Amino acid sequence: MKRAVFILLRNPLSVLGLALVGLVVLAAVFADYVAPFPDHKGAVVDFLNFNKAPEWPYLFGTDLVGRDILSRILFAYRISLTLGVVVLALAVPVGVTVGLIAGYIGGRTEFVLMRVTDVFLSIPPLVLAMSMMGLLEPSLTNGMMAVTVMWWPWYARLVYNLTRSEREEGYVLAAEVIGASRLHVMFREILPNCVPSILTKMTIDFGFVILIASSLSFLGLGVQPPTPDLGSMVAEGAKYLPDSWWLTVFPGLAILVVVFGFNLIGDALREILGVEQ
Amino acid sequence: MTAPTLAIDDLRLGFRGWAGTVEVLHGISLHIAKGERVALVGESGSGKSVTARLVLGLVQELRGARYSGRMAFEGRDLGALSRREREALRGDRISMIFQDPTSSLNPVYTIGTLFHEVLLRGTPGIGTAEARERAVAALADVAIADPGRVLSSYAFQLSGGMNQRVLIAMALANNPALLLADEPGTALDVTVQAQTLTLMQQLVARHGTSMLFISHNLGVVREFADRVYVIYKGRIVEQGPTEALFDNPLHPYTRALMAAVPRITGEGIPEIDEEQTGFYAPLVAHPGHSEAELRP
Amino acid sequence: MKPLLQVFEVSKTFDAGGKPVRALDGVSFSVLAGECLAIVGESGSGKSTIANIVLGIYQPTSGALLFQDKELPDVRPLALKQAIQLVQQNPLSSLNPRRSVGASIRLALDVHDIGDRAGRKARVGELLEEVGLPADFAGRSPAALSGGQRQRVAIARALACRSELLVLDEPTSALDVLVQARVLKLLADIRRARRLTYIFITHDLAVVRNIADRVAVFEKGRLVEIAPTADLFANPSHPYTRRLISAVPVTSRREAELRDRLQEPLDADL
Repeated sequence: MKRAVFILLRNPLSVLGLALVGLVVLAAVFADYVAPFPDHKGAVVDFLNFNKAPEWPYLFGTDLVGRDILSRILFAYRISLTLGVVVLALAVPVGVTVGLIAGYIGGRTEFVLMRVTDVFLSIPPLVLAMSMMGLLEPSLTNGMMAVTVMWWPWYARLVYNLTRSEREEGYVLAAEVIGASRLHVMFREILPNCVPSILTKMTIDFGFVILIASSLSFLGLGVQPPTPDLGSMVAEGAKYLPDSWWLTVFPGLAILVVVFGFNLIGDALREILGVEQ
Repeated sequence: MTAPTLAIDDLRLGFRGWAGTVEVLHGISLHIAKGERVALVGESGSGKSVTARLVLGLVQELRGARYSGRMAFEGRDLGALSRREREALRGDRISMIFQDPTSSLNPVYTIGTLFHEVLLRGTPGIGTAEARERAVAALADVAIADPGRVLSSYAFQLSGGMNQRVLIAMALANNPALLLADEPGTALDVTVQAQTLTLMQQLVARHGTSMLFISHNLGVVREFADRVYVIYKGRIVEQGPTEALFDNPLHPYTRALMAAVPRITGEGIPEIDEEQTGFYAPLVAHPGHSEAELRP
Repeated sequence: MKPLLQVFEVSKTFDAGGKPVRALDGVSFSVLAGECLAIVGESGSGKSTIANIVLGIYQPTSGALLFQDKELPDVRPLALKQAIQLVQQNPLSSLNPRRSVGASIRLALDVHDIGDRAGRKARVGELLEEVGLPADFAGRSPAALSGGQRQRVAIARALACRSELLVLDEPTSALDVLVQARVLKLLADIRRARRLTYIFITHDLAVVRNIADRVAVFEKGRLVEIAPTADLFANPSHPYTRRLISAVPVTSRREAELRDRLQEPLDADL
């Protein structure tokens, strides 16, 4: 623990990452209290103050129906973070299990599992998600499903490679010679040694999941109005560039801050947990 | 009077980490006279390898490294050299052989290309034809029967023993004044190790190269070195001529080491006390072999 | 003495990129109950292959193994895994860095259902004490232990199985001289106290001289000589054995004399 703090504080960028993510999470959780206009998360119309450049009390300006952009960003964060948690909570266990089984059992099992993984990996992620969304109706839940389906293969690949190298370690041989079951060797011996790499990837991915989800809603395939979403806000505002720049710049920056923050934490975590690249 | 090839005085090294500074070397002094083969022998973590890396200037730039003391190569203060000057010494006047011969050779290039690069350090602008000629001669020196085939091979195509010979040939190719050997041959089979050590011994003698031989293997040290320094936890505890030191170890730590080595005459496995207090006793030099007496 | 393990005409061929490589070539020997048999050789001698075959990790291409006069099946039941255990060379890799020392030892007790659940924790402590470590080391992670302590834990784990035969694969090669002496002493004491049988695989002839009852010398997949330790060192009959002994770097005059004496007939052969 002391070592972790030492490594963290030695690098100012890690501190910055921690601060950014901490701020975003706090703001999202307490959006109801922090946001200047909490009711602007919904279908509110205020034509007296529409399309205003940043000025007090609208720090980030207002959108085309007069809603405070800052408030909407804070509520959009809440949805983005939930989405990140749900997607990773579904994708990681599936990917990890597939990777462990393929990497440890080998043979025909490995061939089948990894070729399926390869098929998913060979389709560009956004195309895969878009074609799924074409079949389903656009909504937050379906958006999460689409992102999950494109995300698990990356964990299968990662854990497969880790398992292949851990399988050669002496402790695996020791457990096998003792007579431990395959399940024990995979989940109790090998998996704990993959956790640092998985955690690091999850942290960095958290930002990217938010980014991809935003891309989907940018294309109109994700969260539907009036629910605030960073991607749809950028998409909507893009039509009015460069005059109403605040419509796109602030939601865009908001995406950047989250992705950047999680990346910095991921790098720090990699060092703390001693993950090799 | 000529200055010793290498002189180290009161060398201290520590690394600052999360748990405070860890002292690795507590002020060690040693020297190697011209043409002398000196062994630095100790267990893992004794600081023997890091000493060689300090001489090569590989430790100084690491994050958190704190060091003090004086290192002089042929009378020139290594600490006063610029980074560029120090790098110019490496591979030319000072060369090094590491423990694992195969991983020391870049697998992407042929031995011939690697050899050319080594020769370029000593003879800037040397052409391919001349480099090849010198490489063939150098490989013949280490008893490689068909140098041509070896030069066009990659390291992974050759055996460990062959790679070790290639490394010895490369290390001596520029006629260095000082050769640092860190556990040479430890990764090799015993019979191959014995052959390569004999070979290295003959070559070093012929070139008049001074040598710092770093090892944990007492038997290898006994057969190879003229003089021995025993290092324990960052302190030199005993120094003396090889024969005297092995026949009559004086320091409690050296005595424990000698007692612990299994012998082919079958003297059983000794009882080694867990008690190690005597190991911190001050440096013992064999008569006439302290730093003060030996240095001009 | 009765043989505990008999190896009959065992060969093993590996497929190395399409062309077969013969790692073991018709090897036969027995391991007597209660003895320490050293298997000596250099890389490529087949000493690791025979260890893996004894442990059931590899199947022999031809030949058979008898353990307590019964042929060892390809798929070993738990009882046979329990009877033959292993101590590996590198204690850094043989203990799972993410599990406590106690958990690693306890695995053997759980798998073979030794003792009741409540008694196992105490048993782990007893095993640690048997290898000269405090019982409360059970909670530590391998990273907090020195190389010698880790190797003691690995020995405790092998003992937990209550095996009859231990395959020791270079158990002290990665250790410092002083630590090596202590671990060798421990292994010798344990063998006596528990009446175990050892197969001690190593390249270090000086260690062999001091721990083995008999020595089997392997060269390029063949068993070239097998003899009681004292005889083998006093009068090695195979030239390869002589070459091995005379390549050992020695630390005393007495050893150097023995070595020089062995070198002479070698030169006479040439």
